[in-house]
Amino acid sequence: MMLLPAVLWVALQGPVLLWGGDAEGGAPFVEADPADASRVRGFDVEVAETIARGLGRRARFVQVQWSSIDQSVERGDFAIGMSGMEDTPARRARHAVTVPYFEFREVLAVRPQDAGRWRRLSDLRGRRVATLGATMAYDLLLAAKDSFGVIPVSYDDDVHPYSDLIAGRVDAVLLDHTIAKRRSSPRFVIQPEAVATGYYVGVLARADSTLRDSVDAVLIAAMRDGTLERIYQRWDVWDESQARLFGRVVEARQDVVGAQHAAPLQSASVWAYLPSLARAAVITLLLSFLSMGIAVVVGLSLAAARVYGGTVTRMLATVYVEVIRGTPLLLQLFVIYYGLAGVVRLPAFLAAILALAFNYAAYEAEIYRGALEAVAPAQLEAARTLGFSETQILRLVRGPQAFRYALAPMTNDFVALLKDSSLVSVITVVELTKQTAIYATNVGSWIVPGLLCAAVYLAMSLPLARLARRFERRWSVV
Amino acid sequence: MTALLKIDALGIRRGDRDVLRGLTLAVQRGEIVALMGASGVGKTTALRAVAALQSFDAGRIEVDGFGLAPGPLPRQSQLGPLRRRVGLVFQAHALFEHLSARDNVTLALRHVRGKTDAEARGVADRLLGSLEVGTRADALPRQLSGGEAQRVAIARALALDPPLLLLDEPTAALDPERRESLGQVLRDLVKDASRGLLVATHDEAFARAHADRVVKL
Repeated sequence: MMLLPAVLWVALQGPVLLWGGDAEGGAPFVEADPADASRVRGFDVEVAETIARGLGRRARFVQVQWSSIDQSVERGDFAIGMSGMEDTPARRARHAVTVPYFEFREVLAVRPQDAGRWRRLSDLRGRRVATLGATMAYDLLLAAKDSFGVIPVSYDDDVHPYSDLIAGRVDAVLLDHTIAKRRSSPRFVIQPEAVATGYYVGVLARADSTLRDSVDAVLIAAMRDGTLERIYQRWDVWDESQARLFGRVVEARQDVVGAQHAAPLQSASVWAYLPSLARAAVITLLLSFLSMGIAVVVGLSLAAARVYGGTVTRMLATVYVEVIRGTPLLLQLFVIYYGLAGVVRLPAFLAAILALAFNYAAYEAEIYRGALEAVAPAQLEAARTLGFSETQILRLVRGPQAFRYALAPMTNDFVALLKDSSLVSVITVVELTKQTAIYATNVGSWIVPGLLCAAVYLAMSLPLARLARRFERRWSVV
Repeated sequence: MTALLKIDALGIRRGDRDVLRGLTLAVQRGEIVALMGASGVGKTTALRAVAALQSFDAGRIEVDGFGLAPGPLPRQSQLGPLRRRVGLVFQAHALFEHLSARDNVTLALRHVRGKTDAEARGVADRLLGSLEVGTRADALPRQLSGGEAQRVAIARALALDPPLLLLDEPTAALDPERRESLGQVLRDLVKDASRGLLVATHDEAFARAHADRVVKL
């Protein structure tokens, strides 16, 4: 009986069109409504509502991470994905995409003092150029890396490329003009010449081509009757290029990019991505080994402070260990990279190493402390009666035994660090998982990239796990 | 003759309980003194106080001219003279688990006494041989029987040639045959009258058979 009002309410509301987008992307696409955070607003929101209305449905928003929209729509999480989704051959080959409803330009942003010398990508040889990962802009930068020698820097969001441009961490940003305009600041300028032009489309599951045709009809009608223009003007994204796009779409009722641009075959993509996956695996290994090296040294110092230190030293070491273990590694990464940027501007790779190292140092410290305390006190007393100094006892008696106790858990920690290192992609370091995500987005599937990535991680971690088991067997009865 | 060890009215309290009260004894060179008593009467505590592993509250301890007074323990760096005078064999042996029997014996020779590896090895092999565990020199402590581990622990304490050797319950883990053999080893250690032994034990038969004097707690 209790369910009846709810069922009636849903029935009266009429059928629903679920559409997916990422509110983290923000205005002008999709953003949380400042007046009511449970609602979203933006020009993509209004376009989705227009489509729903045209289909006789009511739009309901589904939050999904931007890089997962393609996979989610195929899974059936929602009917249509719209959040600045770019029209690409790969997307067209794998999904049913709508007619283009917005034309964007990829534009370069540089610091004011560089505006005269860095006007286009070819001017940026050896310079770091930032963009959002797994986008057309990122592909442009990868191509420019080969042709002009620019250094692409991939971000997970479109806010930090510009803040890092202002901070001097990167030399330029390549992104959609809508994003550049939204982030505009007197501390950078947007170059007038577009690097490339692209289109936003709605993405539907490959099997939903009938619904896609209906959506196309609604979009074309909205282009004709000025609905889209009014929406774009409300969001200050209307310009003459949109009018020209609408004219082309309405006239041709065909795709602007055209289905003739077939997607590259996935098998070809695998070979194309293997070198970048191998490079990313090397980055992961480097990150892990360097971080672990520092973590061991810092961890040993912390453990020594906790076992041998005076009251204040012990307390300080304990506070460090508890604070680090009690807060997320992700937060520590943000604090070290972005939070400290006003004080010290660390390069991303160094910030990643330090964050991982200082985080794991807390865990290592507890392993070493436990191991030091596991050495029988009678052995330490025996050493004292033999005349060893405390330093000698640590070096010759306690340390070597503690090291053996600590080896197996240390090795296990290293395996965990190897996997945790994937978190550093949030501060622009492209390691194995991030590279796989880029690869998966570009080929439109996680199956092959996911299997490849898992295989590489296993190849790195399985020998270490075996080593840990050997240590355990060999020294467990010490 | 000056006693090698003099304990005078030794008193140790733990909280409001007397662990030891008024213990007085002396050990001469060439002598084995047994400190007898049931478990928990403070035999081990007395040995630990002599080895400066345990502070005491009353009385005085003097080892071959080096005195210990009531109160907090001196720093390890101030105890060098005492460490050269006293060796202690723990009841549970307390061998260094990561080192072979031979390395247990050589470690202090090399790092405290500054002997070369060859010199230390020579001393270790001679001691282990004389204690009939020479064939076990390469074994790790966990591979030794209780009796073997105890002999290695004695060899380790003797390596630095201290005049006073303290042994805590040396017969605890030994069968009767091994006890007899140990008694002979201890007698051999004092036969040249350069060394004295204080043996804490609750084994009255062993004490009567091998000690020159028995002090009851």
